[in-house]
Amino acid sequence: MDLSAINPVLLIASLMVAATAVMIAAIGELIVERAGVLNLGVEGMMITGAICGFAVAVQTGSPTAGFVAATIGGAALSLLFAFLTQFALANQVASGLALTLFGLGLSSLLGQGYQGIKPPATPRLDIPVLTDLPVVGRILFGHDLMVYVGLALVAAVWAFLKYSRAGLILRAVGENHDAAHALGYKVVRIRIMAIAFGGACAGLGGAYISLIRVPQWTEGMTAGIGWIALALVVFASWKPWRVLLGAYLFGGVTVLQLNLQAAGIAIPVEYLSMSPYIITIVVLVIMSADKSRAPASLGRIFHATS
Amino acid sequence: MTEPLLSIRGLTKAYPGVVANDDVSFDIQPGEVHALLGENGAGKSTMVKMIYGLVKPDSGEMRMRGAAYAPAEPQAARASGVAMVFQHFSLFDALTVAENIALGMANPPALRDLAARIREVSEQYGLPLDPWRVVGDLSAGERQRVEIIRCLLQNPKLLIMDEPTSVLTPQEVEILFETLRKLKSEGTSILYISHKLEEIRALCDEATILRLGKKVATCTPRDTTAREMAELMVGAELHTPSRDYNEPGAVRLALNGLSVASPGQFGTSLKGITFEVRAGEVLGLAGVAGNGQDELLGALSGELRSAAGMVVLDGAEIGTKGPGERRRMGLLTAPEERLGHAAAPDMSLTENAALTAVDRRQIATNGFLNWGRARDFAKEIIARFDVRTPGTENAARSLSGGNLQKFVIGREVLQDPQVLVVNQPTWGVDAAAAATIRQAILDLAAGGAAVVVISQDLDELMEVSDRFAALNEGRLSDIRPAKGLTVDEIGLMMGGAHDMEVAHG
Repeated sequence: MDLSAINPVLLIASLMVAATAVMIAAIGELIVERAGVLNLGVEGMMITGAICGFAVAVQTGSPTAGFVAATIGGAALSLLFAFLTQFALANQVASGLALTLFGLGLSSLLGQGYQGIKPPATPRLDIPVLTDLPVVGRILFGHDLMVYVGLALVAAVWAFLKYSRAGLILRAVGENHDAAHALGYKVVRIRIMAIAFGGACAGLGGAYISLIRVPQWTEGMTAGIGWIALALVVFASWKPWRVLLGAYLFGGVTVLQLNLQAAGIAIPVEYLSMSPYIITIVVLVIMSADKSRAPASLGRIFHATS
Repeated sequence: MTEPLLSIRGLTKAYPGVVANDDVSFDIQPGEVHALLGENGAGKSTMVKMIYGLVKPDSGEMRMRGAAYAPAEPQAARASGVAMVFQHFSLFDALTVAENIALGMANPPALRDLAARIREVSEQYGLPLDPWRVVGDLSAGERQRVEIIRCLLQNPKLLIMDEPTSVLTPQEVEILFETLRKLKSEGTSILYISHKLEEIRALCDEATILRLGKKVATCTPRDTTAREMAELMVGAELHTPSRDYNEPGAVRLALNGLSVASPGQFGTSLKGITFEVRAGEVLGLAGVAGNGQDELLGALSGELRSAAGMVVLDGAEIGTKGPGERRRMGLLTAPEERLGHAAAPDMSLTENAALTAVDRRQIATNGFLNWGRARDFAKEIIARFDVRTPGTENAARSLSGGNLQKFVIGREVLQDPQVLVVNQPTWGVDAAAAATIRQAILDLAAGGAAVVVISQDLDELMEVSDRFAALNEGRLSDIRPAKGLTVDEIGLMMGGAHDMEVAHG
């Protein structure tokens, strides 16, 4: 065992990369749930985004085009969910589970022929002086652009919910859709927009895995990250900064346990592999013991009876 | 004669199977308090929803100050100067007062400026409010203030109020009326919906009475007696429940310092509640909603457990026992929420009858259900309590509120309880059905049961109770004989005016 092989700077830098996919997907789902909709299809939308982004990036040679395509792909799939739950008034849990299964199948189909290909590389940020700084340079300024996009998204969602009127209306819809309707807000329209945003974020998170984190295409490569994103939202008590914290914790333990495995620590590999899931959930459960609670209309079907 | 503020001509709205409003016409003058009266289902709510732009009329027209007025949505109605204080569903518990008010405005200023405006307007009208408090923590009276101030900030020309006093103490009602009179003197018209007729006589200038969607009469409330108005609403003579006073017997149910924490975040914990109810006696518990009524019912039904000695039934300590065991021992309860708590909405009446009566009516044998017996029991309830339904196999959801209420009360009464606890037994029920339910409660007590009636309807409590007490923030007031209590005394027992003050000026 050789713990000195673990470089803390590298560890922190790589945990930010490991956390980004789950963080982007979770912040999208957070908006969906704050609007009162429970979309369990995050995993399906992520994997669809992953293959859409991968295929388009390979075809065009541009990772940027890939990320845009992933956003569109995820959002398009989420609109199917929106149609089922907001117009056909289908059960949200069942529709979300179906969406995951559908997304997994669809991505396998679309992914035919993309196995074993390398996608075009996404450039890393390289600011002449800053990136060369010792320690902080590597941690703060040496990542690909998507890491910063993810952080910006969390900040933007936080500010949107806290300070903007649109954010207030979104929270109101999630809190009490009957009252929001009585005040004349378009509950269904607001929810569809929230669902599409959640789908776009999930797609983006998926593409981050297939284009940067791994980077290649294999079937089912999101491997449960979508479910972790869902759990993160709940245990983060629907608060954006806690999503960030939870994601970094998850990413951190993931990277750490890989390093520990490589260092040959005397703990069975199986325990190490399960540790990110357990530690993240335990920490967030403890934190969510305060007064915060779910949006009151979460998962309830809205039917305008006027 | 000045031009009416709002004139309504031939307004008609039909839903599948029912005509909610049929050719209704009336005028609201500027600065007039106009009452809209009617039984449940008479079409009052549909009427105001059309005025507020939530529902589109099928035919007929509305004119505001002579100009055509057809709001497509509430924003349009608000822009024309129509504001509405809702009875339910219009506040967001998890948001602050200022956020709630901002949501009801077309172009709210920044929250900080809005908070200052809220303070200013609320003081001006004698309805003090802290803009930064979370609405879920407010009392019912304070919540209503939020709604009223939300309306007042928009300088409405017409203020619609849907049953505003059902959640207020008598003192709070008086303060509300002062506020409304001040508004009226400033030229604001008010459309006032209520079925508390004495209030209407005290406040309103004109009344339009609806029955089954049609306008049946107009009257000047000051010159009409409450009974005349009630009979116009019902279209028949009213039957007042009668009772024989008899000496109370042994103590049936006793609470000894019952303290239970509320399970809900916005609930009220019970603090040291002590009372006794004797056989043949009705104890009436008043209180504004949210002062511990639901928790008290839960603690009595067994949904909330307490220390064993806190709840004593016929000498047995049952505080730790669950609902099933308490039912078997003869303590039956009927909660307030009809759909979802007192009845399972999507199950048939037979199934609902079996759900609470399974032990006391021997509906199960060796773990198997005897559906024949359950059906017979459901039929018995339907016959004895005049529940209007096509049959026992209809879903509970399909019954109107009043009929379902008769069913859930009848189900408990016919199980021959030793002690019956009911919460809001006639909430949302029309006068005729309410009289049936009250009579059943009185008959039950006359037969030797002890009854606890929790209600927000003071007239009802005065009619049925022998002794009277009020719940206030989870505490019980002194228990007094109901006979001879004045409204002022009751108001003070209910916690007075919750720091409200009469409008300045």
